[in-house]
Amino acid sequence: MTIPSQFTEPAQSSEPSAGETMTTAIPEELVQSPSLEAKATAGAPAPVISVQNLWKVFGANADGVPRSEELRALPRKELKQRTGCVAAVCDLSFDVAPGEVFVVMGLSGSGKSTLVRCLTRLIEPTAGRVLFKGDDILQANERSLRELRRHNIAMVFQHFGLLPHRRVADNVSYGLEIRGAGKKERSQRAAEVIDLVGLSGYESSFPDQLSGGMQQRVGLARALAGDPEVLLFDEPFSALDPLIRRDMQNEVIRLHHEVGKTMVFITHDLSEALKLGDRILIMRDGRLVQVGTGAELVGAPADDYVRDFVREVPRSHVLTLRWIMRPVQPDDQLDGPEFGPEVVVREAVRAVLESERPIKVVEDGRLLGVVGNAEILAVVAES
Amino acid sequence: MTSIALVRTGIRPFRGAIVTALLLVWLVGFTVLHGQDTLALGAADTTPLHGRLNDLNDAVGANRNSNPLFLYFFNEIRLVVDQLTTFISSLVSQPAFGRPVPLIGWLGVVALVGFGSWALGNLKVGLLAAAGFTFMGLQGLWQQSMDTFALTLSAVLVALLVGIPLGIWAGVSDRVNRIVTPVLDFMQTMPTFVYLAPLTLVFLIGPASAVIATLIYAAPPVIRIAAHGIRQSPKETLEAAQSLGATRSQTLRQVMLPLAKRTIVIGVNQTIMAALSMVTIAALIDAPGLGRVVLRSLQSLDVGTAFNAGLSIVIMAIVFDRVTTAASVRVERARRTTSRIPARVRKVALLVGGAVTAVCLYLSYTFVWAAEFPTDFDVGSPISRAASAVTDWAQLHLSALTSDFKELVTNSLLNPFQSLLTDSPWWLLFAVLVGIAAVAGSVRTAVTTALCLALIVGTGLWFDAMTTLAATLVATVAVMALGLVLGVWMGRSVRVDRVIRPVLDAAQTMPSFVYLVPFVALFAASRFTGIAAAVVYAAPVAIKIIADGIAAVSPTTMEAATAAGSSSWQVITKVQLPMSLGTLALAMNQGLIYVLSMVVVGGLVGGGALGYDVVAGFRQNALFGKGLAAGLAIVLLGIMLDRITQSVASRAQATTDHVRH
Ligand SMILES: Nc1ncnc2c1ncn2[C@@H]1O[C@H](COP(=O)(O)OP(=O)(O)OP(=O)(O)O)[C@@H](O)[C@H]1O
Ligand SMILES: [Mg+2]
Repeated sequence: MTIPSQFTEPAQSSEPSAGETMTTAIPEELVQSPSLEAKATAGAPAPVISVQNLWKVFGANADGVPRSEELRALPRKELKQRTGCVAAVCDLSFDVAPGEVFVVMGLSGSGKSTLVRCLTRLIEPTAGRVLFKGDDILQANERSLRELRRHNIAMVFQHFGLLPHRRVADNVSYGLEIRGAGKKERSQRAAEVIDLVGLSGYESSFPDQLSGGMQQRVGLARALAGDPEVLLFDEPFSALDPLIRRDMQNEVIRLHHEVGKTMVFITHDLSEALKLGDRILIMRDGRLVQVGTGAELVGAPADDYVRDFVREVPRSHVLTLRWIMRPVQPDDQLDGPEFGPEVVVREAVRAVLESERPIKVVEDGRLLGVVGNAEILAVVAES
Repeated sequence: MTSIALVRTGIRPFRGAIVTALLLVWLVGFTVLHGQDTLALGAADTTPLHGRLNDLNDAVGANRNSNPLFLYFFNEIRLVVDQLTTFISSLVSQPAFGRPVPLIGWLGVVALVGFGSWALGNLKVGLLAAAGFTFMGLQGLWQQSMDTFALTLSAVLVALLVGIPLGIWAGVSDRVNRIVTPVLDFMQTMPTFVYLAPLTLVFLIGPASAVIATLIYAAPPVIRIAAHGIRQSPKETLEAAQSLGATRSQTLRQVMLPLAKRTIVIGVNQTIMAALSMVTIAALIDAPGLGRVVLRSLQSLDVGTAFNAGLSIVIMAIVFDRVTTAASVRVERARRTTSRIPARVRKVALLVGGAVTAVCLYLSYTFVWAAEFPTDFDVGSPISRAASAVTDWAQLHLSALTSDFKELVTNSLLNPFQSLLTDSPWWLLFAVLVGIAAVAGSVRTAVTTALCLALIVGTGLWFDAMTTLAATLVATVAVMALGLVLGVWMGRSVRVDRVIRPVLDAAQTMPSFVYLVPFVALFAASRFTGIAAAVVYAAPVAIKIIADGIAAVSPTTMEAATAAGSSSWQVITKVQLPMSLGTLALAMNQGLIYVLSMVVVGGLVGGGALGYDVVAGFRQNALFGKGLAAGLAIVLLGIMLDRITQSVASRAQATTDHVRH
């Protein structure tokens, strides 16, 4: 499921030693810097969605805020005091690679919902660019925007947003109906996706006859019915109770395996983020704090905010061997078992503890470092 | 518990002191200056303004067919409405197309109404409708009932034709909503009565005016409720449709309208009820039908006949209400196949019913026995005789009780209070009222009040207006007392609520006119009769609002108070009432508006004052201007009372909110 992220690989050779903070948050200038874009096009597939310097400001004269050098820099609170405007999303930039599950995380009010709605202009952004496969969505006219929503990007909502007067099958095929598909095609496709999300047998139920988890499956099926390239999720499972939530998370993982869609997933639940996300973007007060894989956030939090966020996470479940290995020392005996650098610590614990010698971390035949009992115990003890 | 302490401190004592001081000044002024500058005007006297309004009426009459505004606008409207009304009347109530009878006779109407109610609602309401209409005929009031039915139908058709699209528009567009809402708010504070005079000025007296007045009065509920229904569509569902690429019209048709359908049907219900109420009152401007029977027999104090007609109106109201309610339930359930009767069975049954109805229609078109309601079974006379007998008995045996009560209230409460208002110099009362408005509300409230009062002085009807105000205030005090007792009782006990609420709901669907009938029976024609009717008419609204407010006090707070050892009485007076201050003020606001609208109707049965002026204006050409001015004075009183109580309500609401958080 994991597709390597192109932009944020941890510094490979320099070991992350204690005391030295590693900042993996991409400086915003870097994202637009030609060199990086060039790298993206050369080395990896072009991003499906590219967000560049996106702003959403609520209030009168909102347009003025991103334009003014002075106002741009103000923290949200001061801006509110000075102008009465609320900056929900400030100068945000990131790319989403094809097939990636990109998670946006932040506390309540940090602007996540606003951000995800700006992607298809359910909320009109104030400034910036949102490129979908290279075309700027913000320049699209009403018609092509509608086409984009009908065919390319679909969304799943926190409170499902189902139509209570329609049966499950009609809810699922509503998107197809809107774009003028025939009845036969609609019912056929609806049956397919209903089966895909495991709701067979409920086609003719009404939404309020279903449990919350099942309703969200309907929401999921509705989004999948139009076979979009990108799925957006706005906290889809936070209205569900924990067990159902876990079911649904597994469902999303399964679907991602089966249909391989690009997903942008909003959540405020870190364990959900770590479970689903290839990469995670952390927001605070509308601004980007850090983007990176789960291991990067845990191993090298950009600041105290992120550190606080990830404090409760069992590090051994997230960190990979790359993060804890140490350089080879002359007296190391190098005949222990070999592991890849992306193996999660937890999975290597047994091997390390059972082996007499440190294990070797090897990538493409190159020995990157070794992991011994001391390193393992340091991580396990911490979590 | 801190919350309770907060309610009782604050700035209220200070305001209370000022109000008390103002009242004292008034009392002193009244004693000293009693009878001076009262601006009294004899019943048949008029002012120059009234004369000018008469001239205006004459001028309009003379230029009705030459002035372009009339020629191309008002007369056109009148013509269209008139044609619609004539057409519908010719179907069910008036001889037409060269026939001595309407196109559809009684059998056809009963079958059609029953079948239609069944199709829109369910079999039960279908039978109810058929039985109800038959009963009206059995009372010997078929013709009049059909006139009322036809007028109501015409007005409702137009009101819905205009109101539903407008409501949907206001639901979709914030700007339209902002424009429409204050207009509707204003229209809703106006008593039914005052629509009539200005309309006759423009549209003449008769059924067309009645229908226009009715549709103006009846359209606001459906506009407001439809807009509300559309606005209520869950935001996320709309977003979901939008995110799937739905166009605006697709969203409206496939999401908003289906979701709002049930609410809109409730709006239709309200519109129909308002229309029936207005159509009966429009008897004052010569609308035919049951209202006219009530009006005539009230004037001749023929309680028996008034009771017949009133009963028919009540039955029609019940039928309309039940059928539309059943229809809204059907709308809700239409999407479910979980109904007890399988859809196919119902469809077949409806087909058969439709065929039977068609046969009845044909019979009633062709045969006299099915066209003219048979007079063989007359249940009207026995009922009317019984009603008269009960009235006579009551007046004979209860008169000690009723007239004592009447005298007591009249002499000890009404007369002194009325005298206080009417015999004070107008400028003193003016100043006191503006002062109270300023203290109770805000500077803006005071300005509005001053403006309203100044205009009332201008209408030349200050004295009458103060008489009406006195009656209104006395009745409102009674309404609030009733509201507090029953409202608190209901708010504190779900069981009591479940028993009383349906009664109140039913009372609210009754047209205001019929409230007069039993009170005339009990108290004969007098000022008191109108006030008593107004109290009963306005009480349900106030009781319901107060009950809801009391029931809404958070259970946690109640638990805390009980845990602190409060008795029930303490919980009521120290927690529930203080925490529902906003609701109480709202109940008073609504109570006042309802009372005012009924008190003026009381002008018909000896209430005198503004209500009488309006009625006299319809009867005598020379008093037309005065009647118009009286209508204006009623509106001004209404605005004033509404503004003052609303600002009190919003202030109280603010305190309560402050406390609740
Ligand atoms: N229509 C609006 N008008 C004004 N301010 C808004 C509007 N919508 C959102 N905001 C503000 O923008 C900020 C971000 O809101 P948003 O809903 O995007 O947060 P969120 O991260 O999704 O929070 P949650 O986790 O609670 O859903 C908040 O401070 C909110 O008050
Ligand atoms: Mg949100």
